Amino acid sequence: MNIFVFVKRVPDTESKIKIKRETKSVVEEGLSFILNPYDEFAVEEALRLREAQGGRVAVFCVGGEESLIVLRKCLAMGADEAVLIKDAAGETYDGLRTARILAKALQAKYPEFDLLLFGKQGMGADNGQVPSMTAELLGLPQANVVTKLQIEGSAGAAVREIEGGEETVAFSLPAVVSAQKGLNEPRYETLKGIMAAKKVQIPVVPVEDLGLSAAELAPGLEITGVDTPPERKAGRILTGAPEEAARELAQALRSEAKVL
Amino acid sequence: MILVYIEAREGKIKKASLEALSEARRRADELNLEIGGALLGSGLEAAAAEVFARGAHKAFLLEGEALDAYSAQAEAAALEELVKDARPEAVFFSATARGKDLAPRLAARLGVSLASDCTRLEVKDGRIEYTRPIFAGKALLSFRLKSAPQIASLRPNVFPLLDTGRKDGEVVKRAAAVRPDQVRGRVTEVRSGKGGALDVTEAEVIFSGGRGMKGPENFALLEELSGAVPRSAVGASRSAVDSGWIDHHHQVGQTGKTVSPNVYFAFGISGAIQHLAGMSSSKVIVAVNKDPEAPIFKAADYGIVGDLFQVIPPLKEELKKLLEE
Repeated sequence: MNIFVFVKRVPDTESKIKIKRETKSVVEEGLSFILNPYDEFAVEEALRLREAQGGRVAVFCVGGEESLIVLRKCLAMGADEAVLIKDAAGETYDGLRTARILAKALQAKYPEFDLLLFGKQGMGADNGQVPSMTAELLGLPQANVVTKLQIEGSAGAAVREIEGGEETVAFSLPAVVSAQKGLNEPRYETLKGIMAAKKVQIPVVPVEDLGLSAAELAPGLEITGVDTPPERKAGRILTGAPEEAARELAQALRSEAKVL
Repeated sequence: MILVYIEAREGKIKKASLEALSEARRRADELNLEIGGALLGSGLEAAAAEVFARGAHKAFLLEGEALDAYSAQAEAAALEELVKDARPEAVFFSATARGKDLAPRLAARLGVSLASDCTRLEVKDGRIEYTRPIFAGKALLSFRLKSAPQIASLRPNVFPLLDTGRKDGEVVKRAAAVRPDQVRGRVTEVRSGKGGALDVTEAEVIFSGGRGMKGPENFALLEELSGAVPRSAVGASRSAVDSGWIDHHHQVGQTGKTVSPNVYFAFGISGAIQHLAGMSSSKVIVAVNKDPEAPIFKAADYGIVGDLFQVIPPLKEELKKLLEE
């Protein structure tokens, strides 16, 4: 089975986010970047499928050369190959643009695949658009936010989270699947894997070489501002014995905050 | 027209869809546009009345064999057909599990960008400005969409419901052209969680537990609290989930779910940045923690410094009393 996994380099979830109002952007200096945590589940699932059923795992990333580090991590985890689709645009918050790049790259250069795996969303932009959009552009079925995946021959079944429950999506390959936490427990890279990944020459495909028009590469969002959420005003500490504090809290929620 | 995708389960419309419809109507009034509701599947005639009550002028009922079980592929195709005929200026979804699955598929099919999971819509100079949280709420991004039709999904539990008092409007029935053999993926089974428990993203009150809960067995205390309060759910911090105390679908925070209930109770949660990101848009936050220095108190509207095991039992009684009044 030929499995492609699509990954993204994102700021660490423990980062404090600073914004720059003048440039309408998030300040990247000082942030530490990681492989998008949801993508780790996707990579792990690909490796497990390969181990069980054979095949190859290739990992793709759209981004600048700084993204090579997350591709190396995927190689160290066990992926067979990695490809950087080099794009200098930075964060556009536009899922369609990324999906167009991926779809075009696959059609033009890597048309042989059975399964396309994604994380359910890129941490930070939090869009969760690219898996469904890529599926649509390539005419593939999709299963998003998946916590269980079964592939047998050319048939797949995925369990995905919905409000207050789950649903099973049955599909045929090739297909798009996006991973949610709970799908698996990602492995750590081995030292041997890390050393080997360092030596790999990762092919770089400039986004300009894919044959997309300027209009297709233009971001579809016109950013008008980046702001921080309003500060919450200082709260009130309820002192007193537990019973007393509980009573005061219940009363405050009803008569002061009016939320119960 | 602003077209709103209406999600129904077993003939009943989801509240989140009605919220999206209500917000669409408010913005449409500013833009002088009509509202249409799109209901896909069969047996939804009765549901149409509610669509009118929440602001729609028209209800489109799209039927067809391919739409009987949910399929993103089939629904995107059926919606594309409707969009080509009705030519709406915008299409809104609620950012539910379904909306998040379907909206990007339709957007890509139409070749337009998507504003996902928006928490504020404003009309400026005749155009809609969308605002959505990024970094799970650590920052807010505002933007306009350059392409038409505009497609957006609206976060549940954020936009207030509207009641127009109307019960009727124009019902337009359409047979969708998409055929089952054109679809390679569909839902074959739906299972609800235990006792039809509400998801944290839908709950109006959330009782969340962290490390301070000390073990999986103590989450029963939060279940009991939740049992005493209607439309409530149990949440958890990442460390509680990673310790295996509770299933990950309860997790609130940057690697879990982003929630905005009326009240968020944090029991024994220290308040790591990634957790705060996921719940700081709650209307009221209550923190109960032994450590007076816990960062959660900085985010809380009400705090109790103390042993959560001593606070929960009397709190349960007080809440019960209050809700019986």
